[in-house]
Amino acid sequence: MSEVKKYENITCTFCGALCDNIEVEVESNQIKKIKNACAISRKKYMHALQDRTIPMLNGKECDYDEAISRAADILKNSKNPLIYGLSSTTAEAQKTAVKIAELSGANIDSTSSVCHGPGTMAKQLVGMVTATLGEIKNRSDLMIFWGANPVEAHPNHSKRYTMLSEGLFKKNRSDREVIVFDVRKTPTAKMADQFFEVEPGKDFELLMALRMLVNGKEPELNNNQIAGIDIEDLKVIAEKLKNAKYGSIFYGMGLTMTGAKYMNTWAAMSLIRDLNDFGRFVMMPMRGHGNVAGSEITMAWQTGYPFAVNFSRAYPRYNPGEYTAVDLLANREVDAAFIIASDPAANLPHQAAAYLDEIPTIVLDPHWNLTTDKAEVVIPSALKGITASGTVYRMDHVPLHLRSFLEDEWPDDAEALVKIGELIEND
Amino acid sequence: MIRLFNGVIYDPAQKIDGELGEIWIKDDKIVEKPSAKKIKKLKAAGELEEIDLENKILMAGGVDIHSHIAGPKVNSGRVLRPEDHRRDNIARKGKLRSGVGSTVPSSYVTGYRYSMMGYTTVMEAAGPPMKAKHIHEEFNDLPFIDKGFLVLSGNNYFVLKFISENNMEALKNYLGWLIDVTGAYALKVVNPAGVEAWKEGKRMRGIKDKGTSFNLSPSEIMLALTEANDALNLPHAVHLHTNDLGTAGNYKTTLDTLELLKDRRLHITHIQFSSYGKNENDRIKFRTATDKVAAAVNKHPKLTVDIGQLVFGEATTMTADGVLEYNLHKLSGHKWVNTDVEMETGSGIVPMNYKKKNLVNGIQWATGMELFLKIEDPFKVFLTTDHPNAGPFTAYPWIIKLLMDKDYREEYISGMHKNIDNYTDISNLKREYSLYEIAAVSRSGPAKSLGLKNKGHLAPGADADIAVYKSLENKDIADVFAHPALVFKDGILVVEDGELKSDKLLPGRTLMIKPEYDKNIQAEIRGDFQKFYSMSIDNYAVTDNYFNKVEVVPCRSKA
Repeated sequence: MSEVKKYENITCTFCGALCDNIEVEVESNQIKKIKNACAISRKKYMHALQDRTIPMLNGKECDYDEAISRAADILKNSKNPLIYGLSSTTAEAQKTAVKIAELSGANIDSTSSVCHGPGTMAKQLVGMVTATLGEIKNRSDLMIFWGANPVEAHPNHSKRYTMLSEGLFKKNRSDREVIVFDVRKTPTAKMADQFFEVEPGKDFELLMALRMLVNGKEPELNNNQIAGIDIEDLKVIAEKLKNAKYGSIFYGMGLTMTGAKYMNTWAAMSLIRDLNDFGRFVMMPMRGHGNVAGSEITMAWQTGYPFAVNFSRAYPRYNPGEYTAVDLLANREVDAAFIIASDPAANLPHQAAAYLDEIPTIVLDPHWNLTTDKAEVVIPSALKGITASGTVYRMDHVPLHLRSFLEDEWPDDAEALVKIGELIEND
Repeated sequence: MIRLFNGVIYDPAQKIDGELGEIWIKDDKIVEKPSAKKIKKLKAAGELEEIDLENKILMAGGVDIHSHIAGPKVNSGRVLRPEDHRRDNIARKGKLRSGVGSTVPSSYVTGYRYSMMGYTTVMEAAGPPMKAKHIHEEFNDLPFIDKGFLVLSGNNYFVLKFISENNMEALKNYLGWLIDVTGAYALKVVNPAGVEAWKEGKRMRGIKDKGTSFNLSPSEIMLALTEANDALNLPHAVHLHTNDLGTAGNYKTTLDTLELLKDRRLHITHIQFSSYGKNENDRIKFRTATDKVAAAVNKHPKLTVDIGQLVFGEATTMTADGVLEYNLHKLSGHKWVNTDVEMETGSGIVPMNYKKKNLVNGIQWATGMELFLKIEDPFKVFLTTDHPNAGPFTAYPWIIKLLMDKDYREEYISGMHKNIDNYTDISNLKREYSLYEIAAVSRSGPAKSLGLKNKGHLAPGADADIAVYKSLENKDIADVFAHPALVFKDGILVVEDGELKSDKLLPGRTLMIKPEYDKNIQAEIRGDFQKFYSMSIDNYAVTDNYFNKVEVVPCRSKA
């Protein structure tokens, strides 16, 4: 009879909400029961041990150490490699990836550059007024979701941190007014007090109009509408924004990756900043991958920059649009790629992803994915938060420590990267 | 062993003022001179390295009592300011990792630049407890210096709750627990009650009024925290960022605070920002109020202060005092980051550029200088720039020159705003610091105030953290202090001729304390914690895996 072990307060690493109240029951190195997990999380846990990678070289199984040393060779011998991904691995692995980038004169970029990176660029222009999730839970009387749909993408978010949570000063749903701006009526919109359907691609105009109204100016109009919303409605919204005691706005890729991209977020950040002249108002990016916030954090303390970093001069240089993965791949500027805990073949534009077939590509990932099909080297790894420990950063930059509760046959990402780094450094 | 001889020793902790002498190093400690027999044996075995310092200046490694070097706020400042780094690049060299510099350097470069000035210990000035893991992660990438962090506790929910319930025992235990689980070194108090007020959309003024939902005045909070600090026998006093910081006329709040806490152990940080007078009928509202503040500092028996000297040029202001950064943003129009941290604290960041010709900036500069020159006991006043708030720490050598050379100071003032003398009395101050006094304000004093018994001096038993500077004769003072001839960290030579040796990336230690407290406090706070935080109390503590090289500094022996 094998023993049943129970673990409490386990952190789910799937999305940027990093719920840390998961309970699991384990028997014979298998997850038997799982509690407090959302539908997505439950599936992730239940399927975590399936579809596991094995070490491969050119489509043939090989020894783990062989895969590691081949990866080191590729990086050593390339002139301008790309290290990409990072958002679904631990801070310990991310740190080591930066070191490898430095040692091999590589470009290093995270999936941030194709999701909330534009928001970070906007922050560099104007700054950002933000708070931790508990602060919003405790104080926020007006919650706005803009181009974000947590009910489907971060299912426990509303229960733990926003609309439905129990806070210090705000106790339940009726203590909060909720407004949703989106291009379609999402399930999140259905939970709101008010929903405004935004004409696609017009977020910038809408945000700037609200900013004018908040600052006592009238926007110019053609048909009494901005972004498909009536000006009289906008005036009411502007008053609500001004009257909030502690407003909050959660924004998703509906804002950062559409229309004016980083200027959308710039407009939102400028509006939120101005609203602090009336009451308090904060904002929060709905980060997708579990540790994408960590990828910006670890890269920043080591290099000074959050993503899109190039080490060809042996010191870090930063330039989104030049050292970002999509651009480097689509412009065929790199001669090798090291993909860490990410699936660019599934997510990047075709032209960028297809180029991975033409250059030596290394993938470090616990699961098979579309990118492993393109890889010359596949390095398996342990599952963070399940069979691997480490640090992850929540969407509000709160760090959490992961504890492993199952055994794995493969080392974790950090250990693999340390080995590769040593092979390059001691060459 | 290593013998450093023919050094001109400045060690105020031992009252040694420029005496020619030697020190002996074994492993990572300074030791007594061995017996003649032992020396002979060491020589014979080739185990004695003797370095002739040729009358160079010999001091303990520098100790910075207050600098923002690691953690969420500093890192957010790095991300915010690519323009701050891009002309200041440091390439990888040997074992030394690359990075960027300027006012918010990357973690490695922060370590490099401190050691390249002969500094070996630095206190991170403000850590939000729930992000403490981040601070320790960065500490492990911050080489060459020993460091600890001050944990923010002046606007913490449990602190305010226990004070409002007049439950001093619970307050003491909670603070002990907070320091323990976050791996902190001391208690930091920032604008007590004022940060909570900012989060509630309110403003406070002075230290007497109650203005938040906790119904506590700043005075009540400061009295309770200083009492708890002593009850826990913490090695350092409460490290206070005063109320009304940065505003014209705030010297009154500072004097009220000093009067309130006149018999308590206390450290007031970057006091320059808290020593402004006010001109009611002038376009320029600011003036220095350093006579009154310095007199109060001179009188207080248990007080230490650091200055937060303003430096002209780029700076990145960052503080837990959220409302202050909002005000700076409104004043300057510069980009602004604010991060409210649930149950604990606030924070903000605004880049600044202090201009030599700007009258208000000049008054701020003069306020710092005047305090340095008017506070009599160099064991009471310490050299800081509140890095990177009033300027970067890399300006210390320049500040030392201003303090030591009256003629240079006068010449410098002549290039400032023509009306500077109407608002300051810096031009009337003729005092010049001696090397002995410099050693006190940059080493012995801060080490003593922090309760670091093994640091800030060169007596046997001290850590072998040592700086050797060229003799000042015919040399620029700033240049001498910017380029030490030799720096030893833990008995290992890390800097030679002002350059870092690139053969090793020496990790520094993380300094922490483990005060005694009743561990049942965790069960007592559990209910509220689980409800009002957004993470579990069981995931809150910084676990041992974050600690690379730790030194637990003993608490004070019980009175």
